[in-house]
Amino acid sequence: MKQTPFDVIVIGGGHAGAEAAHASARAGARTTLVTMRADTIGVMSCNPAIGGLGKGHLVREIDAMGGIMGLAADRSGIQFRLLNRRKGPAVRGPRTQSDRALYKAAIQDLLGQQPNLTILVGEVADLILRDGRIEGVGLSDGSELRAGAVVLTTGTFLRGVIHIGDRKLEGGRMGDRPSNRLAQRLRDLDLPLGRLKTGTPPRLRSSSIAWDSLDMQAPDDDPMLFSYLSKAPTARQISCGITHTNARTHEIISGNLSRSAMYGGHIEGVGPRYCPSIEDKVVRFADKSSHQIFLEPEGLDSDVVYPNGISTSLPEDVQEAYVRSIVGLEQAEILQPGYAIEYDYVDPQRLTAELELPDLPGLFLAGQINGTTGYEEAAAQGLMAGLNAARRVLGHAPVILGRAEAYIGVLIDDLVTRGVTEPYRMFTSRAEYRLSLRADNADQRLTPKADTLGVIAEDRRVLFFQKMEALDRGRVLLSTKRFTPRDIAVTGIVINQDGQRRSGMEILAFPDVGVEHVDQLIPEFAALPDEVRTQLAIEATYKTYVDRQQRDADALRRDEDLIIPRTLAYAEIGGLSNELRGKLDRIRPGTLGQAGRIDGMTPAALALILTRIRHEDRRRA
Amino acid sequence: MQTIFALATARGKSGVAVIRISGPDAHQVATCLAGDLPRPGQFALRTLRDASELLLDEGLVLRFDAPRSFTGEDTVELQLHGSIAVIRAVERAIAETGLARVAEPGEFTRRALMNGNLDLAQVEGLSDLIAAETEAQRQQAQGLFSGRMRKFADRCRADLLRAAALIEATIDFADEEVPVDVSPEVGDLIGSVLGAIDEQISGFSGAERLRHGFEVAIIGQPNVGKSTLLNRIAGRDIAITSEIAGTTRDVLEVRVDLDGLPVTFLDTAGLRDSDDVIEKIGVARARERAAAADLRILLEDGVEPTHGFDPGVAIDFRYETKSDITGRGISAFTGEGIDRLLADVSAALADRVSDTAIASHERHRQAIMRARASLAEADLVFHAGIEGAEILALHLRDGARALDSLIGRMDVEAVLGEIFAQFCIGK
Ligand SMILES: Cc1cc2nc3c(=O)[nH]c(=O)nc-3n(C[C@H](O)[C@H](O)[C@H](O)COP(=O)(O)OP(=O)(O)OC[C@H]3O[C@@H](n4cnc5c(N)ncnc54)[C@H](O)[C@@H]3O)c2cc1C
Repeated sequence: MKQTPFDVIVIGGGHAGAEAAHASARAGARTTLVTMRADTIGVMSCNPAIGGLGKGHLVREIDAMGGIMGLAADRSGIQFRLLNRRKGPAVRGPRTQSDRALYKAAIQDLLGQQPNLTILVGEVADLILRDGRIEGVGLSDGSELRAGAVVLTTGTFLRGVIHIGDRKLEGGRMGDRPSNRLAQRLRDLDLPLGRLKTGTPPRLRSSSIAWDSLDMQAPDDDPMLFSYLSKAPTARQISCGITHTNARTHEIISGNLSRSAMYGGHIEGVGPRYCPSIEDKVVRFADKSSHQIFLEPEGLDSDVVYPNGISTSLPEDVQEAYVRSIVGLEQAEILQPGYAIEYDYVDPQRLTAELELPDLPGLFLAGQINGTTGYEEAAAQGLMAGLNAARRVLGHAPVILGRAEAYIGVLIDDLVTRGVTEPYRMFTSRAEYRLSLRADNADQRLTPKADTLGVIAEDRRVLFFQKMEALDRGRVLLSTKRFTPRDIAVTGIVINQDGQRRSGMEILAFPDVGVEHVDQLIPEFAALPDEVRTQLAIEATYKTYVDRQQRDADALRRDEDLIIPRTLAYAEIGGLSNELRGKLDRIRPGTLGQAGRIDGMTPAALALILTRIRHEDRRRA
Repeated sequence: MQTIFALATARGKSGVAVIRISGPDAHQVATCLAGDLPRPGQFALRTLRDASELLLDEGLVLRFDAPRSFTGEDTVELQLHGSIAVIRAVERAIAETGLARVAEPGEFTRRALMNGNLDLAQVEGLSDLIAAETEAQRQQAQGLFSGRMRKFADRCRADLLRAAALIEATIDFADEEVPVDVSPEVGDLIGSVLGAIDEQISGFSGAERLRHGFEVAIIGQPNVGKSTLLNRIAGRDIAITSEIAGTTRDVLEVRVDLDGLPVTFLDTAGLRDSDDVIEKIGVARARERAAAADLRILLEDGVEPTHGFDPGVAIDFRYETKSDITGRGISAFTGEGIDRLLADVSAALADRVSDTAIASHERHRQAIMRARASLAEADLVFHAGIEGAEILALHLRDGARALDSLIGRMDVEAVLGEIFAQFCIGK
């Protein structure tokens, strides 16, 4: 037998793969990342942007766990904007447009600096099994690599088929070969595969756009960055253009619908409802006479523009016709046509909460292969799969984030418990503990955990504990001293003279009260850093609600602590409906809490499962 | 899951007795006794024998196959001759098969709930139905049993879902082209659910009284004819359902079915100032009971009127008695005017029972009040503007959850035990 130089092999150099490899190496496992081309590691396959609502939360969390997506986004960001700025802090989501080249370079640089991590170019064609366990991978050149765990992150590459009108070509994305041998291997292993699709718009030549005739959207003046380590953007900040489709555009699209791959019946995969192609928009929202398009430059020195909002699978000549019907794009030159891509995914209900495939112990899956869409969703899974793969090999306990702890926990729990019917994307409304899972406090929620796992670097550690100290100091200041309504009125706050004394925290919770008011009351508070004071103000805003939700969260934790053995024989539990039994058998929930979230679950059935666990415990005891 | 059995009818002599067997081995148990079974959903006459071929009885065997049975499991019902000895013999033979055990109280219904054949409110309706004594109680219980609560909860929930969806759209798709001003519709939806909830809250007390029975206190000075009136009411063409001596010697109760409403009339001690310690206690108790009753009828002596008498409690109806002598008012002695009195009482009580009231159990009230509290907060945030969208959404979610608990979609394990303890074996 060959000597095993690796603990963990990560297949794929997309967002899931990069994050997985980095996390695995941070966790102390000797890791190698195998991908088809070294120069495409960290490529943004579709839109040149990171973050957004729900997604921005994910990136902050990845960063708080010591991941790389936030750092790369900050190094490449050319238009930072905080979405929902005028809404409550819990639902604000940081987003940036990225310079593609800078983003890719940042990822490659960060991977290159990471000890324990090597990169290997090759196409994985085979999975090597022994006694039902994964033992390594076989490459298309016939060579073999052995390792204790494998993380599969092949994105849209499995049996990828690109559609442009009625033209069909095999590919993992434009310019890349698909991964067919591996897909066949997965089929042979009887994995539950399904088919999904997604699409991308045509790319335009910047110099062919009449920018002068367009409205522009400027970046934020005081950008919120992704990484807790970053202070300010490093790349120049630029604006993007805004234009709209019109009646003529819609006419061209309607007139050519049958020539679209989607509507011509060439595609069987299901696409995302929230990211419709322009054909979908015109058909499904026929009463709307116009749709907005953002013209996003793909980089500072790039001549390519990404028109956000018009993804399509129409033939090239139709694409050109409708693009040129749009104001500002009359002379636009298409550099690469838009297309739809169909690919295989694995039913994530088969995975454990560690993202492992229990049918093939040692094989972890992350990213678009699990039915998600989006860089952030992919990276979040990559992080967790990488950590868990490493910890498995090193003999440590798994890491699972709960729904009350992180968006990452919500994401993975949704996937493994509810499965997907369309490409899954994160939204803030998916998180029932949204008011406490905020982008601003991701570090407080997760960095201590990452620290005990030993996966954060010293500089982050020092910074974090300094900040925590300042926060604690602030909390003490805000809760010890109490002020009369008269004291409070002096700062300009309008308040009832009800004689009641209030703490700084209570005062900060008033609508229309800001840190500047409390600064006047508590000079030591005023001396704290801006970041810390703002953070405390947000805490005050949500304090009553978060406290109230805490009871729910505690109940949830109790249910999550009740482990269901993977071997539990649901067939032997009488009183379960066949439908539920089927779902339980497929999903094999890891905890009672997870079982409770299975669609159609009843309290009565949960009681039966609980009785059964207790029964088996007693028998074993 | 074990197979269970129990007598489903009352124990004692009767024309027919029904034993119900439910669970995976129900068919096999019945086959042991009856030889063979009719086809699913059918019945047949069979001779029942025990393992030693001893003849037990001849009876009807009804076969139900899962999930089309009350419990949702395989079930067999045996209709036997209603003899204590026959029942005992058949129960013994069933137990001797070793395939089934005696059901615990409420276990059949519990299984129906587990298998999703009934929701929690339906289970409560079933319990009420079994306890119902009058027509209005029967209708109320039937309503609950037939799933009216689910319909109510589902309707409110659909509105809250829509409201939540509109709010969430403005949060999660702020960077897309969604309508920014969803407020008019959200406001309407919250308002309409609050309205429906308030209707239930205001109907609750009447509905709850209907379930337990109304109390009407007859009060007045001594010797105005209270007891005669009570006897009249009891002796009328009204079904007496029970006659209980009051908790004190001085309060007498007669429970009647008044136009379908369950009503208990209370005859209380005559109200007067007295130095007698025992009588003083009786008078105090009379006032207490009267104050707690749903209606109070004050009887006044038509022959020897006392002016300026203060009964010490609020009065709903006032009648002058002894019309046989005075020609005015009512006479408990001849029965004159009693029909009118009963009609007054019946109308006043019927007024309190609303057709739309579904909530009739304390558990319902609590869930609905929780929902109301969340929605009232939602309403408050809503009127404060869109800035609190994420908080509004939280309240809507909490409200929907409280409504869910009405029909037992979550958090019910705790209440289950209590509900099932109320059930008798076999029902
Ligand atoms: C056309 C298109 C449109 C999209 N549209 C959107 C959108 O509108 N919104 C959105 O949020 N997301 C969109 N996405 C999705 C987004 O790009 C992905 O969700 C994200 O990149 C997934 O990351 P990943 O790491 O799972 O996979 P990928 O980024 O696809 O990376 C897969 C990696 O695996 C490697 N690989 C594959 N097979 C093998 C093999 N056998 N051996 C070795 N290496 C292999 C590849 O070289 C690649 O590095 C789109 C993607 C495409 C292609």
